[in-house]
Amino acid sequence: MAHGDPLIEVRDLVKHFPITKGLIRAKQVGAVQAVDGVSFDIREGETLGLVGESGCGKSTTARLLTRLLDPTSGTIEFRGKDIASLSRKELKPFRRDMQMIFQDPYSSLNPRKTVGSIISEPFIIHEPSVGEKDRKCRVQELMEQVGLNPEHYNRLPHEFSGGQRQRIGVARAIALKPKLIVADEPVSALDVSIQAQILNLLRDLQRELGLTIVFIAHDLSVVRHMCDRIAVMYLGRVVELAGADELYNHPRHPYTGALLSAVPVPDPRLAKAKVRQVLTGDVPSPTNPPSACRFHTRCPKVVMGKCDVDDPALDPKEGGNLAACHFPLSDREVATQVPTAAA
Amino acid sequence: MALLEVEDLRVHFKTDDGVVKAVDGISYSVDAGQTLGIVGESGSGKSVSSMTVMGLTRAKNATITGSIRFDGKELLTASEDELRAVRGGPISMIFQDPLSSLHPMYKIGKQLVEAVRTHQDVSKARALDRAVEMLGLVGIPEPRRRADSYPHEFSGGMRQRVMIAMALCNDPKLLIADEPTTALDVTVQAQILDLLEKLKRELDTAIVLITHDLGVVAEVTDDIAVMYAGRIVEKAHRDDIFAAPEHPYTWGLLRSIPRLDSPRDEELVPIPGRPPSLINPPSGCSFHPRCPYVREAHTRVDPLLEAVPGAAGHEVACLLPPATRRALWAELSTGADPEAAKAVATAAGAGSGTGSVRREEEAS
Repeated sequence: MAHGDPLIEVRDLVKHFPITKGLIRAKQVGAVQAVDGVSFDIREGETLGLVGESGCGKSTTARLLTRLLDPTSGTIEFRGKDIASLSRKELKPFRRDMQMIFQDPYSSLNPRKTVGSIISEPFIIHEPSVGEKDRKCRVQELMEQVGLNPEHYNRLPHEFSGGQRQRIGVARAIALKPKLIVADEPVSALDVSIQAQILNLLRDLQRELGLTIVFIAHDLSVVRHMCDRIAVMYLGRVVELAGADELYNHPRHPYTGALLSAVPVPDPRLAKAKVRQVLTGDVPSPTNPPSACRFHTRCPKVVMGKCDVDDPALDPKEGGNLAACHFPLSDREVATQVPTAAA
Repeated sequence: MALLEVEDLRVHFKTDDGVVKAVDGISYSVDAGQTLGIVGESGSGKSVSSMTVMGLTRAKNATITGSIRFDGKELLTASEDELRAVRGGPISMIFQDPLSSLHPMYKIGKQLVEAVRTHQDVSKARALDRAVEMLGLVGIPEPRRRADSYPHEFSGGMRQRVMIAMALCNDPKLLIADEPTTALDVTVQAQILDLLEKLKRELDTAIVLITHDLGVVAEVTDDIAVMYAGRIVEKAHRDDIFAAPEHPYTWGLLRSIPRLDSPRDEELVPIPGRPPSLINPPSGCSFHPRCPYVREAHTRVDPLLEAVPGAAGHEVACLLPPATRRALWAELSTGADPEAAKAVATAAGAGSGTGSVRREEEAS
């Protein structure tokens, strides 16, 4: 896969949701720090994975990238142009290059519209000059491309199964031949036997159309299968960023190690062999995150006096992984915790 | 005698569209201290079958036949009062969604006290002590103080632990866990799975674990039953299901999920089509419309769950001859796609071909 220049450069992206008190004269009393200073590049033609537990800010990051949310601060450069502070009108030409696929194929399709009109919508908005007949033709081509029967043009979403609905969502997303697709948990609502169909479809389309994909999922096996590079998020920060092989073969951040260790492996021999690294407790509240390294309250390698006062930067570690940690995992530690990691 | 014995259980629901055969003749048993994993997709009948054990599917439009014996006592014909004594006592259940299974307006402690006092004749103070003890056991920090909280003050993982605490407060002999970790993050899932293992080890609790996640069953179960369209299509010891699966549906499940221990660029092989309707299930083998190895007779003959020759405790409901199945899996497990495997298996299994013909004739 050709990994060209950065398509998108994200720098110090911040999104704080204000918490207000009082009805009439609402006062801000705090903020949910959903995304708090995230920087990464998305290279042309690659699939970048975002993983982390619920509440880590991965979906918020996705919505900021596509500007469905307005960032509090920071920049998002799309081919050199900062789109973080553009107005709705200024954004319109960029919108067609960035499309989203949502998690829930049941609630992301308008139940009263036919499949044909759902998939035509992007053309109506962005290419109003295309005539109705021509549009129908293109929609039916798209349906064919994602594996739907073009004769079902006039059916309503409820007549389709979950997997087929997700195909409708994919067709809508690729309609305008976008540069970037942001897929937020595209398969987690689907049955296991159907998941593979959608994953294979996304991979095939990426090859055909040269798409750049941001792939968000909590299932680490799915992310490994789909992505070239992966960013691991924890409480609004990126704690590790590496190529898929590097990340899964030698994770450096203790949080990544714990995540990989927790994934159940469908192989009883490996399951018996490993010492599961179980994190205690829950993710702390993003309204009042821990000081310095945000993982220090749950980290098995924490050194008090260092980790709780000195915020680690996202720096290159052994093996080429970028990790924000003062005491990264050694290969020996990885081997005992994560049996699936290659030595 | 096994702790729980389910025999030829059928649960059919009459609806406006026809009769939904949610569970259509399944049998299994679980011993004390054993964990049975029931694996299947949505609509395979895995939840309905275990809810029937608890008597939760008794509705006007439901027809339930067969037998469910728990500790030697028949539950299908038990009265509502007898069932109430069993539910939450000797048998308890953990549901998938912990938020909707807890009452939002009562404090956690109060809900646990109620569960204890339903089955044990103890004072409120004693019951609260028990509740706090159980909250501590499942890993809730400061259990005494947290008993005074409402469900919404807890995170998803903590709520699920409260549900487990409630399920355990009367020392159940059998715990039915219906997708207990599906709504949770992997790290919390690992905590809950550890907890289930501890229960089995320390309290000798029998567990029926219902899930669609093959990874989860690989970690914590002893035996596994794979369900498809209301029936058990394969049943075996855990190691056999993963090392030598016999049913094409099980192969499909194993090969359609990306795994951390396989090469990263390995192609996923999805199961074509989608799960069948339970109102008009396909004739013959219910998996035949999605099965790459289907033969003409399979659309007419209904396979029975039969012992696999030479493998103790391994049962499968498949019409393919055993030798062909073995040849197919030998190919598939090396990463071949279904078509290639079929070609190799046909060439290699020429000798067993006659066997399959005879078998099909016998059956029809």
